[in-house]
Amino acid sequence: MTGNEALAYGAYLSGVRVGSAYPGTPSTQIMEKFATFPGVRAEWAPNEKVAMDVGIGTAFAGTRALVSTKHVGLNVAADSLFYAVYTGLNAGLLIACADDPGMHSSQNEQDNRNYAKFAKVPMLEPSDSEEAKQFAAIALEMSEAFDTPVIVRFVTRTSHSSSVVDVDPAAAPPPAKEPKPYKREIEKFVMVPGYARRRHPVVEERIRKLKEYAESTPLNRIEPGSDALGIVASGAVYQYAREVFPEATFLRLGMVYPLPERLIREFAGKVKKVLVIEELDPFFEEHFRLLGIPVTGKEVFPIVGEFSPSLIRQAATKAGLLPAKDTGASPATALEIPIRPPILCPGCGHRAMFTVLKEANVAVMGDIGCYTLGAAAPLEALHFCGCMGASIGVDHGLAKGSVPDRHVAVIGDSTFFHSGLHPLINTLYNQGKTTTIIADNSTTGMTGHQQHPGTGYTLQKQPTVKVDLEQTVRGFGFGKVDVCDPHEMDRFRKILEDHLKFDGASVIIARRPCALQSKERKTPPRVDPDLCTNCGTCLDIGCSPLIQDEDCVSINEAMCTGCGVCVQICPAEAIVQEIQ
Amino acid sequence: MKKIDYLLAGVGGQGTILASRVLASAGLALGYDVKTAEVHGMAQRGGSVESHVRWGDKVYSPLVEHGMADYLIGFEMLEAARWLTYLNKDSVTLINRFRIPPPLVNLGKGRYPSEKEIETLLQSGGAKVRWLNATDIADKAGNQAMAGVVLLGALSNLVGGGQEIWLRVIKELVPARFVEMNQKAFLAGSDAGRG
Repeated sequence: MTGNEALAYGAYLSGVRVGSAYPGTPSTQIMEKFATFPGVRAEWAPNEKVAMDVGIGTAFAGTRALVSTKHVGLNVAADSLFYAVYTGLNAGLLIACADDPGMHSSQNEQDNRNYAKFAKVPMLEPSDSEEAKQFAAIALEMSEAFDTPVIVRFVTRTSHSSSVVDVDPAAAPPPAKEPKPYKREIEKFVMVPGYARRRHPVVEERIRKLKEYAESTPLNRIEPGSDALGIVASGAVYQYAREVFPEATFLRLGMVYPLPERLIREFAGKVKKVLVIEELDPFFEEHFRLLGIPVTGKEVFPIVGEFSPSLIRQAATKAGLLPAKDTGASPATALEIPIRPPILCPGCGHRAMFTVLKEANVAVMGDIGCYTLGAAAPLEALHFCGCMGASIGVDHGLAKGSVPDRHVAVIGDSTFFHSGLHPLINTLYNQGKTTTIIADNSTTGMTGHQQHPGTGYTLQKQPTVKVDLEQTVRGFGFGKVDVCDPHEMDRFRKILEDHLKFDGASVIIARRPCALQSKERKTPPRVDPDLCTNCGTCLDIGCSPLIQDEDCVSINEAMCTGCGVCVQICPAEAIVQEIQ
Repeated sequence: MKKIDYLLAGVGGQGTILASRVLASAGLALGYDVKTAEVHGMAQRGGSVESHVRWGDKVYSPLVEHGMADYLIGFEMLEAARWLTYLNKDSVTLINRFRIPPPLVNLGKGRYPSEKEIETLLQSGGAKVRWLNATDIADKAGNQAMAGVVLLGALSNLVGGGQEIWLRVIKELVPARFVEMNQKAFLAGSDAGRG
């Protein structure tokens, strides 16, 4: 099982009955897996804040709940997390949060251990899938014992690594308890200043008690070894370090906040040198230094990027902590291997959209999703991407700044439902001139085709209300709205120019179902070698089946979906497609 | 301590994830502790992807160390070459003779190395290189997308485990209507690997 699957399994076995999340790599499969268990309600929320409020509400009502998110999703949900720490809950609330060191699929590599300290919420970190399963149960017990949400932190290499998990075929969740009658506790659950002031000391006292818990929990343990070197590590990094330093004494921290002061001092007293190995921020290291314990940490291991056993070995060897030895590794050579970044799929509607936007020479404020790949060579047709939902607000600001004309915001359908609604209303309300293009592929593409409010289906595949994009934006008061298939490039060009001339905020819905989901396949076009001048125009759209040979371009028929975009842009009319 | 480390390298969408799951389950069936690591999300959109699979008595890290891969399985020629530093003098590289030129090569801004150059490169530290026309074999068995299963067939000759174990694992992991076709591809890979 992957760590994601194991966490979901552990949550299910512990009696969690409601889960809510927004998809985000590397956390997505937590809720997808949870949704498969009998008797549970699992939902995709429009965004992480909604997911957090749903989880809080469920726990408020006395039923155990699971909320899962990627690291940056916790930024979106932070407002809710912080109040829930003050109110506490009537049942366990497990928040599974996955960081992405190395940014495999993220816009930053923030270290969410800082959230534990910031929000004053306990945080656990499993180092493999079996622990992910076990920690789910422990987190829920802890949540109820201390009346607080509990975060279980993952990184990509615990979320998406598989390891052996103990599965008892007879294991089942405890029977559902009689629901507790709803009870009004206004002073605990209404966070107006007067009541919140009374809750803050409760939060501080809770953290003090959790520190005591951290001293004795088996989640934190000293693993005896040689006294020459003592290593502090948690999560995936613990596993790497175990392999690189088989002889060392370890302080293995399964609970990363709050930290156990006495256990740390006991460990430091047992070894001659303390080495802290942690990805991203010096979170443990700073704590050790506050306690006055000398440690080696970030002067040896980097603060940026993802760790691996190789990286730890190299850094430790360089610092003289390990003897230099020849691993027998093949030496890097001078042969240049061209890089292969991710690109838009063959048949993807975003390619035609970006091709038209590039021709039109407009400033394109982008957003998070597959279409962010429009920034990559050779298209290079997306000029900004910050975070989920940023495109429309940034475009509005750009226009109010010094770029009044020829600019658009591009946002996907799932991202629009996530956080595009408010900035879109803003363009109308504040007399903006933003043309918002909703690149509607009718799914959440990048994370692997999850349902959203515009798909007409729930996570558990039940048919439901399909929130209609066009009706939604017309309902806000937009008068200028067009819907268009970007593969009809001439029509899309005309609509775009019309919107750019319009003196007001407007919306274009560029609708083309995701090419990976759509079964639509047409006969691949052929290149007429007598007509092809090998000018490279078709290659500038970055479609992988198009290959430049010596004399002309050829098309890999196995990869081509027959979308016909290259046919439309070839200046020599050398690419021809049979009409079916 | 006994261990076998595998690195599977390919292009997003080529099926490295399914192959790594088959390999992991085969390891478990053979009595090993097993860990794997893979990446999802953006990396799957036609970019370079790699999966780590580790068999051993006790496996800590899911990631293979540089110079420690026993087998490098290249789903695509260039992608095999990219992971050179994971090899050592005893490693075996099993490569699909199949090219997917990256966008930069298509645009004339990069050069796709020749088969000979890739072979020389991978052998530079002493590793052995075996070629297989896995995509063609998969195509003949019913679908190009099964090239990974063909490679596993050839790999099974080298790492052992009876064919019935591998065929059972494929049956467990592949959707029912594709099982027969994938088992056929596996056996064809095994035959080709012997040839």
